[in-house]
Amino acid sequence: MSDQRNIVEAVRGTLRAELARDDDVIVYGQDVGRNGGVFRATEGLIDEFPNRIYDTPVAEAAIVGTGVGLAAHGLTPVPEIQFSGFAHQAFHQIQQHVSRLRSRSRGTLNCPMTIRAPAGGGIRALEHHSESFEAGYAHTPGLKVAYPSTPADAKGLLTASIRDPDPVVFLEPTRLYRAVRGEVPEGEHVVPLGEANVVETGDDVTVVAWGAMRREAQRAADGVDADVELIDPRTIVPLDTDAILDSVRKTGRCVVVHEAPKTAGMAAEITARINDEALMYLEAPVERVTGYDVPFPLYAREEAYMPDPERIRAGIERAMDY
Amino acid sequence: MPRERAAEFTIDHVQALDEAGNADPDLLPDLSTAELRDLYRNMRRARRFDERAVALQRRGEIGTIAPAIGQEAVQVASAAALSEGDWMVPSFRESAAYLTRGVDPHLLLWYAMGMEEGAAVPEGEHTMPPSIAVGSQTLHGAGLGWGQAITGDDDASLVFFGDGASSEGDAYEAFNVAGVFDAHTVFLCQNNRYAISVPRERQTRAETIAQKAVAAGIDGVQVDGNDVLGTYKVVSEALEQARQGEPVVVEALTYRRSMHTTADDPSVYRTPEEEAEWAKRDPIDRYEDYLREEGVLDDDAVAEIEDDVEEELEAAIERAREGERDVDPAEMFDHAFAELSPWLADQREAFERHE
Repeated sequence: MSDQRNIVEAVRGTLRAELARDDDVIVYGQDVGRNGGVFRATEGLIDEFPNRIYDTPVAEAAIVGTGVGLAAHGLTPVPEIQFSGFAHQAFHQIQQHVSRLRSRSRGTLNCPMTIRAPAGGGIRALEHHSESFEAGYAHTPGLKVAYPSTPADAKGLLTASIRDPDPVVFLEPTRLYRAVRGEVPEGEHVVPLGEANVVETGDDVTVVAWGAMRREAQRAADGVDADVELIDPRTIVPLDTDAILDSVRKTGRCVVVHEAPKTAGMAAEITARINDEALMYLEAPVERVTGYDVPFPLYAREEAYMPDPERIRAGIERAMDY
Repeated sequence: MPRERAAEFTIDHVQALDEAGNADPDLLPDLSTAELRDLYRNMRRARRFDERAVALQRRGEIGTIAPAIGQEAVQVASAAALSEGDWMVPSFRESAAYLTRGVDPHLLLWYAMGMEEGAAVPEGEHTMPPSIAVGSQTLHGAGLGWGQAITGDDDASLVFFGDGASSEGDAYEAFNVAGVFDAHTVFLCQNNRYAISVPRERQTRAETIAQKAVAAGIDGVQVDGNDVLGTYKVVSEALEQARQGEPVVVEALTYRRSMHTTADDPSVYRTPEEEAEWAKRDPIDRYEDYLREEGVLDDDAVAEIEDDVEEELEAAIERAREGERDVDPAEMFDHAFAELSPWLADQREAFERHE
């Protein structure tokens, strides 16, 4: 059994299922209760679980910081940060406490918190509403980072994240929230954290893309004169390095696509891992098609900033023609 | 349309035991002779622990520490007021509170020796590891107290922070969120007059730190933090109130008699006259005067406590030294996540090959 849903619906259905499964799960954040979340990801949940859904004050550090205490008390906090650009107001809690509670307590306390936040640009939002900070979270030991691109993966990864004993930053591509519909398996559906999806198989070039960029990469692959193998890692931490390396060993070429800035972005990390383990298989340098090293622009220029199928296609062609 | 008073507030100041050791019977907590003696013993033990720890640091046996010398009354009284199920959320100067809570002294030394083992929380014990980032732990206390409200527990949470931490945004967010969610939290500010070198007067223009509770709509009260009995009473009452979903900010006025940390030199920013003035208000001396007057302590009892404390500390130091020899650096990989990922397992192997 499966059903056609968009990502918002998949997230909402998963939250409902996990709230029903486990009484310890607590969903809270700004406007998640009566209003159902600004993207409606928590719509209706407060009626079904009146004592498990909380509207909080506008205070990101508090939303994440109290989660450390809730977790120590034995609950499973699933807070929503309204936009990931505002998670920076809680980043000290994430970096100094959420990610380290297990290490610091020598494994006797843990922080199974799943911090959900819409991420990425493309919805003509205000400043700070379009950030894609997965590399920053990846640079924070003790955190896992999920970044789904399809409704089915949103369900499978969110289920895995909430059940995971470690903290997960769960980034939801705002641009795809309602733009893609897809089959979502009914009932139990878990996508293990750290398992990439080989979206398309091909022999000429490996393209790695996640979140909203997966769809752009797919569009680029459709119009290029090369047999593309498209990999969606689905989680940034743990990263399924083996899936990427296996593919690169087959194709000899790789293009990594992300909308975050280029410098110290995940594409640099993936390139380094390929250099470490598969350098001799490469027929061309690894191409990076990314955002630029400028603040994410206001919406008149956001289309120009984000990688689009044309730029990705050019990246693929550079790799092919090297 | 007259201009009217929109809100008014007052902050109580409580002192049960004055600087000469005289007590106000109406403000004394209801404690047995054994409990009174325990408070004294815990204060003496904490003082000696920190004195010995500073000496160990000077000899290079342990790393940087933040001694609580001068603050024993507030810490011992607050920790003693906790019941077993209550959570204690310390910052980084809570040696006296940890020891009173029953944490083994060798664990504090291990932490100071740079071993994570010292921050391990024994299974089922409700004491959080130390939080070094100033003020950040106030939110963990708020979260614990919120969790206790959600699950309908009779327990409360007590979080320690300082006058400097009260300037951090997290502290206000913690008071505010605790108020909104009826958290079972007592926020205990040890106003020890200095945030490293910056005096309380340069920390805030507010007359009291307790009144910072007012903006969050929760109660604030000030107590003489060098008065162990007054602090015990105020914190006990605050905990009872918190158990009913009414969080409280308690500001305990005290003085850090030693340095901020062993890396600090207070002579740069404090006068010997000021330090001498506070030496006269020492919390242990004051309490000892009272207990001797009440017939709870005499020379023999004090000597017995001193010997007992020294013996226990000696054993703890020896145990800490033995533990230090067992450090396996590779274990740093083992608690980052519940399970070692292949990526991290590779790094662990590379580490063991020293690559």
